Amino acid sequence: MKGMMKKTKLIDMYTVMLRIRMFEERVAKEFADGNIPGFCHLYIGEEAVAAGVCANLKPTDYITSTHRGHGHAIAKGASTNRMMAELFGRKTGYNNGKGGSMHVADTGIGILGANGIVGAGTVIAGGAALSALVRGTDQVVACFLGDGATNNGRFHEGVNLAACLQLPVIYVIENNLYAESTRITDSCRVKDLADKAAAYGIPGVSVDGNDVLAVYEAAGEAVNRARKGKGPTILECKTYRWRGHYEGDPQVYKPKSEVEEWLKKDPISRLQKQLIETGIMAEQKADRVKQEIIDEVERAVKFARESPFPDPEEALEGVYA
Amino acid sequence: MAELSFRMAVTRAVDEEMARDPNVILLGEDVRIWGAPRTEFRGLYDKYGPKRVFDTPISEAAIVGAAIGAAATGLRPIANIMFANFLGMCGDELINQLTQMRYMFGGKINLPVTLTGYFGAGLSAAAQHSRTLTGLLLSIPGLKIVVPSGPLEALGLLKSAIRDDNPVICLHHALLLSRPKKGELTEEEPEGEYIIPLGKAAVKREGGDVTVVATAAMVRRALSAADKLQQKGISVEVVDLRTLVPLDKQTIIDSVKKTGRLVIMDEEVRSASVAGQIAAIIAEEAFDFLDAPIKRVCAPDTPVPYSPVLEKFWMPDEDKLIKAILE
Repeated sequence: MKGMMKKTKLIDMYTVMLRIRMFEERVAKEFADGNIPGFCHLYIGEEAVAAGVCANLKPTDYITSTHRGHGHAIAKGASTNRMMAELFGRKTGYNNGKGGSMHVADTGIGILGANGIVGAGTVIAGGAALSALVRGTDQVVACFLGDGATNNGRFHEGVNLAACLQLPVIYVIENNLYAESTRITDSCRVKDLADKAAAYGIPGVSVDGNDVLAVYEAAGEAVNRARKGKGPTILECKTYRWRGHYEGDPQVYKPKSEVEEWLKKDPISRLQKQLIETGIMAEQKADRVKQEIIDEVERAVKFARESPFPDPEEALEGVYA
Repeated sequence: MAELSFRMAVTRAVDEEMARDPNVILLGEDVRIWGAPRTEFRGLYDKYGPKRVFDTPISEAAIVGAAIGAAATGLRPIANIMFANFLGMCGDELINQLTQMRYMFGGKINLPVTLTGYFGAGLSAAAQHSRTLTGLLLSIPGLKIVVPSGPLEALGLLKSAIRDDNPVICLHHALLLSRPKKGELTEEEPEGEYIIPLGKAAVKREGGDVTVVATAAMVRRALSAADKLQQKGISVEVVDLRTLVPLDKQTIIDSVKKTGRLVIMDEEVRSASVAGQIAAIIAEEAFDFLDAPIKRVCAPDTPVPYSPVLEKFWMPDEDKLIKAILE
């Protein structure tokens, strides 16, 4: 356990991870029950990445997110009420029911949107960082992307531009081994995806993405670098997607032994064990945190259920300013 | 009185808006030294420096993506994508991000991005540097489309585009922005603030027998055809559409009510041209005022050919317009 880190920071990260886990578990249930329409891509198993990265960010910093974005939004401080309402297609949701799971956004707290297009955030993140530079702030941008996105042309264009202009971006590659159903080893010949950084002349770091402390520390260095005007970093977090690509995916492509092996590496029970063993968090505290999140998620579902749907005519609004 | 070329109009519009609003920035390939290939941004880097004018790699996706991110966080970027054909390289940014984010976010964000670029045939630039692509752009709600017909329009419309809180694409016709061999097209330079609102068509020539609605470089050709037809006793009213979105249907309807005949001249391929939409609007809303079937003078449904002989055949021109009117 890192002696330097404040107890509250550790417990905060634990809380965020658990909040993500329990939110997602509930989304899975509500989706299966038919209360959430459309597509749902869950973040279960990868919680340490969002929590460890966002623990380094200020409220004024930005993130761009992915189709698997609930965890990023929660870690950046989004309200679970408004997220759940958005997933339920309600008027009180973050996007007034116009976006859904893949587009949750709140620019007020720096969430520039989940994104349904793989790799799309890579180029948008650079723009937010450029904007910080032009406006003379010390804001940074964390750009979350999956392993699959690193094989997309936008990754190259976005990272290269950020490197050329020395933009304050941290490209967080969540390498969960699969792009939809395709293994990363079948779609890319590079073992550590952080090695791709060499092509842009910027640092690239690979860490255990299920170790929130490792993620926190590596992201912290990248964030400091970015804030000091030293340009972007690629941070690869090696992790695993517990659920399918989408809810309903039978996951025939995953070997059983692999799944079992990764379940043992659960980032949340790992951190919980560490925190309790080192006396940073008492068991009663852990129970209390869990109960609070159970209540919060229950409230979110209730809020969503009781919220009105948008008026159908609202479909015509919001195209132009 | 000074003369204003199309190129000078673009420079002046961007210069004035950058001076007026510190949030306006310019991004694009070759903008720093060349001022872009047609030199329409020349001098702006020297004046506004490396924190307002950015040379980018040849990465249209990164350019437009950066403009989106910058706009979402408080800036008012101008992103030059050079030729309209290159929009294919930033298809996702154009189709899925820039023009849909506001809507997808429940109307809670503005993206005041101005895209600029060259479009249109006439320079033997062949298929990959000559399309107008406005048909594709018209299928994207959330985008405003500006097609100036000359220097004054370029100045006034671009200034409005930069101030607009929506994504706007200003397409500058290659023929208008290029230096023609016989001297550059110029108009008398206006003094003081010169702004043309988006969504207001202009009647460029009044007439009583037939309405010609034209776009961009086609407006010049329509005016020239109108001169020739005047000698034959046919009085042509020429409407410069100026913007495809918003579409000023009222000006067109008013003109058709007066003339009873409508010809639409547009360089887009026939099956995708705004001409089809205008014809449908008039058929729906002003059918009773028509004395003859509506005619479309557009490009054929083929890529743009290279050889000047082929390209001339491909492009709508005065002769094709006159033929359509006489029919």
